[in-house]
Parts: sequence; structure tokens; C-alpha cells
Amino acid sequence: MTDIIKTENLTFAYPPDEGKEPVLALQGIDLSITQGSFTVVLGHNGSGKSTLAKHMNAVLLPGGGTVWVDGLDTANEELLIEIRRRVGMVFQNPDNQIVANVVEEDVAFGPENLGIPTPEIQARVSAALKAVGMEEFTLHAPHHLSGGQKQRIAIAGVIAMEPACIVLDESTAMLDPLGRREVLDTVKKLNREKNITIILITHHMDEAAMADRVVVMDGGRVVMDGTPQEILVQVEKLQAIGLAAPHTVELLHGLRQDGFDVPLDALGIQECADVITASFKS
Amino acid sequence: MKPIIRVENLTHTYGVNTPFCRNAVDHVSMEIMEGEFLGIIGHTGSGKSTLIQHLNGLLKPTSGRILLGEEDIWADPKRIRNVRFRVGLVFQYPEYQLFEETVYKDIAFGPKNMGLDEKEIDRRVRSALAFSGLGEELLDKSPFDLSGGQKRRVAIAGVIAMEPEVLILDEPSAGLDPAGRQSMLENIRNYHKEKGTTVVMVSHSMDEVAENVDRIAVLANAGVVMSGTPHQVFSRAQELLDVGLNVPQVTQVAMELKRQGLAIDPAVYTVADLRAALCALRGGIA
Amino acid sequence: MLKDITLGQYFPGNSLAHKLDPRTKILLTVLYIVTLFCARSFVSYGIVALLLATGVKVSGVAPKALVRGLKPILFIICFTAALNLLYTPGEVLASFWIFKITKEGIFTAFFMVLRITMLIMGTFLLTYTTSPIALTDGLETLLGPLKKAKVPVHELAMIMSIALRFIPTLIEETDKIMSAQKARGADFESGSLMQRAKALVPILVPLFISAFRRADELAVAMECRCYHGDAGRTKLHVLRYQARDYLVLAAYGIVLAAVLTLAHFGL
Repeated sequence: MTDIIKTENLTFAYPPDEGKEPVLALQGIDLSITQGSFTVVLGHNGSGKSTLAKHMNAVLLPGGGTVWVDGLDTANEELLIEIRRRVGMVFQNPDNQIVANVVEEDVAFGPENLGIPTPEIQARVSAALKAVGMEEFTLHAPHHLSGGQKQRIAIAGVIAMEPACIVLDESTAMLDPLGRREVLDTVKKLNREKNITIILITHHMDEAAMADRVVVMDGGRVVMDGTPQEILVQVEKLQAIGLAAPHTVELLHGLRQDGFDVPLDALGIQECADVITASFKS
Repeated sequence: MKPIIRVENLTHTYGVNTPFCRNAVDHVSMEIMEGEFLGIIGHTGSGKSTLIQHLNGLLKPTSGRILLGEEDIWADPKRIRNVRFRVGLVFQYPEYQLFEETVYKDIAFGPKNMGLDEKEIDRRVRSALAFSGLGEELLDKSPFDLSGGQKRRVAIAGVIAMEPEVLILDEPSAGLDPAGRQSMLENIRNYHKEKGTTVVMVSHSMDEVAENVDRIAVLANAGVVMSGTPHQVFSRAQELLDVGLNVPQVTQVAMELKRQGLAIDPAVYTVADLRAALCALRGGIA
Repeated sequence: MLKDITLGQYFPGNSLAHKLDPRTKILLTVLYIVTLFCARSFVSYGIVALLLATGVKVSGVAPKALVRGLKPILFIICFTAALNLLYTPGEVLASFWIFKITKEGIFTAFFMVLRITMLIMGTFLLTYTTSPIALTDGLETLLGPLKKAKVPVHELAMIMSIALRFIPTLIEETDKIMSAQKARGADFESGSLMQRAKALVPILVPLFISAFRRADELAVAMECRCYHGDAGRTKLHVLRYQARDYLVLAAYGIVLAAVLTLAHFGL
């Protein structure tokens, strides 16, 4: 399997305030993301997760170490367009990433910049809108849409560039539960049906359960890395770095202390209820 | 307990005489009790923002009345500013409304508008800062140099400093990470406990509301569809799901356990309660 | 409330006027203004009025909407009319105090009012039937040749379309900030002019900070979508003249020639 993104000993520091020592926001990250995978990056505010995300399509360039996107070194300025075409980025605030006044014009913005011929842009725009389930809004004005719909337009704008990977940098943080659900369902579908690599940066623990892989960051380092079943069950460790295990795990954790014979890694509602019922039957 | 705010048959219509005319709040009646911690829940477009902006007179009812104490808040429109001092409203993402050079001045903006003297303003600024969980070393800093979470606390302190009889917070934890969310809610809980004044918290997180409030009002389709203690509300979990709202994870597990045949109260909503219920059940079986 | 203001004056529709290429409409508007300034007599004004009426009819825009658009400049119209009426020398018809009303004055005033009204109505017809995007697009293409003279046509068009995109967002934001400061007892409605100006600070500071933050985030988002200026850029919709555009322009050419001829003979 090929790696779409690979970092090697990546470090980065933001320019410090006057008279202060620079603080490393990333302290040596070694990470490989497999093409077609669904990875959730968790961490509290200031853990370095957004800084890491911004290295994945050369919005930020490494202070030290290297980042490769599909084998291309992001520090090479000549490759910039190629890199950004391969890795699309969706940001937190839906209002601040929509460029045009009409939905279809906005989705077309990326392909227009890439110099794609007009007939193909038109085909890509309608395919992208269809992929995010927003085709009926083609001619709408974006500011009349809900937060979740705006984020889906932003995702369509990225898909229209036909990327190999989409990075969602806290794209669900400002949405209500319905909007979050819309966005998560959309990226899950893109991952499954189009084999697009998804990297979802978030601090919502329940979003981690749907991933193939969970990477937890703290203090500019990767501190945990594994499947959701491996990571989300570590109740104390997650709490210690300002995160919280899902309530299902917390419940199972408590029940084990009460002497119940239940596994910890039944993350979903259904699974959790199943193992509890089973423990009563045995 | 007696009501401090009474909403009587409130309707608010946006865009009168345009094709976009619609009722954001439609014939709503409700009471907010003195000293209670009320949670208002509903998703975007359910009318909750419109409702709370009526409680402090930012919006004027199209029809119906808002009573604060015994008085219609619009009885004398010239005194509506007084209502805003008595019913403090913290908007969603309030950190984007900071504007002063220092944290101190920003928090003092409300008390100053009330016409208080310097000494009283100083007392209030310091007390509000403490309630919102910030240290006095921040007072002389520019609010724009603070972290996102700190900014939000300064903005909340700016409303608390008016020492309102009712404090309304719209999504105070939106966008914060788990630790930030928890400490924000703890601060609000403490404020309610120590001040003993009425607190209304608007949220779309069921878990958050369930763990903190005395009473929940559920808004959907421009009206109040349910209200009661968390236990009463979650015992009607299916109706909540039907209007597109979530139910706390624990309640969902309990509902599923009940469905699978365990004798569990499906309306429990905290991990501790469900744990206790399961232990009791096992005790009964053993 | 601010939210209730409708921005841009575009009325979506499907008429011939809506379907014309924006460039055609911009050209027509320019030609129309030229015609209007060439008109000297009742006959030529009559022709222009007929043109305008045809335009209104074809566009399907309610004449009421056009008249409503005149309201904000009613004062200017009246003022110009009064000046022309009172200060044009010629055959005196009536006089009082220091004013003299002349026959020429009445004519000039009348034509002046006609000219301004028809000018405004004509340009409104353009904005009523053309979406802001089509308008920007049309202008960018029409002014394209200026790029050779190092005029940043693409950049200006981009700035204009982003501004159009963010106006509703910022209006909503202003509304929210105003409400939030009012909730803290801010008073925007009373006090002296100075006090009122000062009361705007709590709105303007957050608004500007937010606008800058948005600009910053938008710039990064645009870069991420491979924006690198005009070079090698293609378009979703390419403007293409249709047969109807040539026909309308040709027809207009004939009208313009007629008015110019009339003007030549002093009519």
C-alpha cells in the first residue's frame, strides 16, 4: 500500500512574541497515512493537531524534517500546485472558505484555477455536487444555506479538483449535531465509494469511533496511535491529556470495576448494550 | 418557587409583507422559575435564538407578552435598557464581540452603561472575572492577546458584571475542546450555586444539558414541545428522536437494554445512574 | 433589522433582457447614455423614451420598481430642475423678487429632468436584469484588452465578486454584534452626534477585526484551492455572443444613427 502523506521528524515553531523563546508546536512527528484510509487526529486545543494538518498541503512548511505528499516534497515550491491538487483542505469556519456568490461557481473555483477546460469543469462540478448530495442547490446563494450544507459545498469544491486526500481541519467544530452528521456521512461515503483518503482533525471523541485509525496528539507529539478500539478504551490516559472517553466506554469501565464481565471496546450503543445483556445471561 | 419570567403566547414573525414571511416563534407560553437552572434545547432553526432575544427585549414580540416579575417588559419602551441589565444575555461565540483595549475596560462596559460609580464597577469587574474562572493578572492585558477560551470567559464576565437577575447563555461551550467544555460548565454551575440567581443555558448537546440543569425545555418547529426534569424529558426519548434531536448516549444504551429485556428504567441519563441501576438489577437476580 | 435590507437590485427572470449576454447589455447601456445626451428635441427624446419603454416591456420588470428606484435621487432631480428653471436667461415669462422664469428655462428644466430620470431608469434596467456575477464577468471580459496596459482587470473583478459575496455575511455579523452590545446596555439611538459616533466603536472594532480574520482565512482557503492569479485560469461559464445579441446591437445601431441624424438637423 502506498503512503499519500508521510512526515519524517517534522518540527515547527510559530514566530514567537517579542522577547520570547520560540515554542515548538510540533516536536518531531513521524507519521505515514495510507492511501484510502480514514484517520482521525484527536487532541485538545494547542496540542498541535491543526499545525500538523496545515503541513499536509503546504500551507505551512516544515521548520525541520520533511513532509512528502504522494512522494512530493512540500518544501519544493515548484510542486505547490501539484501538492494542493492532491490534498484538499476543508477548514473550520464555513463562511470563510466560500469564494463565490453561487454554489456552482464556488465549486468550480478550484478546477478553474487548475486550468481545466470548460466542458470538463461543468462535468466535474455536477459530479462533485452530486457526491455531497447538494445537486439541487447548484444555483443557490451560499449564504442562505445551513452550516452543514456550506461545509458540504466546501467539500464539493475540493472534490472537483479530484484529490487523493481530503484533510478536514476541525470542520465539524462549529456545526450543530445535524450539521456534523451531514458532514461525517458525506466524508465516510467519499472514503468508501471513491477511495479518497480522509484525515479528520477533531476534538469530538464520538467522531473517532468511525475511523480506521486514531492518532492522538499532545504537546506537539503523537502520543497514541491505533484503531479506535485500542485507543478509546484507555479512559485514564485520555483524561490525563484533556480528552474524554465515550460514555459507552466509561460505562463499561465502571461496570468492570463493579465486577461485571464485559469487554471495554464495545464502542457503539448497540454493541455496548449487547455485551451488557450477554453478561447478565452468562 | 415563583416564575421570574413569564412568556405569554409569544409569536415572532420575520419578514412581514415579504415572500419570506414566517413565524420563528409561534404562540409560545412558558415560565422560567426564580433561581432555577433551565436548559433550552433544540436544533438550528427551532426558534431558540429568537425566543431568548425576546427575554431581554432585543426583539419585540409580533404578538404576545413577556413578563419580568409582574411587569410587561414593553410597558414602557423607554425603559427597555433596564430590562437588559436585569436579564443578561451572552450570545453564541461572544468572544467576537470584545472591543476594548484592556480586559478590565471590556468587562466594565456593561456596568458603566448602567451608570454605576467607579468603586462599584471595580468590585463587579473583579467578582465577575473570578466567576468566569480567570485570574486578575489578565485585567490589564489586551483581550485580543488571549487564547480563544480566555476571550470567551472575558465576554461572559462582561455580562455577569451587570449582576443580572437572570443569566442566559447561548451555546457557551460551542467549539471548545472536552477539557475546555468541562471547565466552562463547571464555572457556570458554580456561578448558579453561589449566586443563587436564575440561569438559562441554550445548547444542542443533550449530554451537556442532562448533566447540568434542573429542568429542560425542548423547542422544535417554533414551539415548546416538551418541558420537565431531565428524567421526565428523557422518558419520552422516542419523541425527541422524532423531532431530530439526540438523546444522551447513556439513555440510548438504557433504551436498548430495556428493549433486550432487562428491567432498566430507560430514562436514566448519567453513567453513574445506569451503573447503579445495573448493579441493583444484578443484586436482584443473584 | 439590517437583515431585512435586500442587496443588489437583481430581479431574477427569464426574459430576453435577462438572457442577453451581459456584455451586450453593458454596451447597450453605454450607447443608450450616448443617445440620451445627443437628444435635443421632443422628437429625439420621444424616440429614447420609446426605447426605454421597449426595454422595460421586454425585461418584464415592473415599472413601479423603476420609479421606486428614483426616490433616493428625487432631491437631486428637483434641485437641478429648480436651478435650470430660475437661472436660464431668455424670454421672461414671469418674475418675482430676484428670480425670473424664462421660456428657455422651462424647456431646459423639463429636458434636464427627463434626461436624469431616463438615465437612471436605463441603468437600473441593466442592474435589475443582470446578476452581479454576470455583471462582473461582463466587465472583466469587456475590459480584458486593458490587461495589456497593465491594468489589473482580473484582480479588480475578483475583488468585486468577493465583496459581493461577503456583504450579506458582514451585514448579518453587524446585526449580531449590535445586538450583543445592546444586551450590555449600549445605546445607539440617543445622545449628541459626538456621543452617537462614539457609540459606534463597540460595533466597528469587532466588525473590522472579524473582517480581517475572514480575509485572512479566505486567502488561505483560496491558496489551498490552487488560486494563483489570472495565469492559466479557465472558466465554468464562458461568455458567448448569441444571434440575439448581434440582432439587438444592430437594431440599436439604427436607432442611434436616427437620433444622431436628427440632432444634426437641430431636432
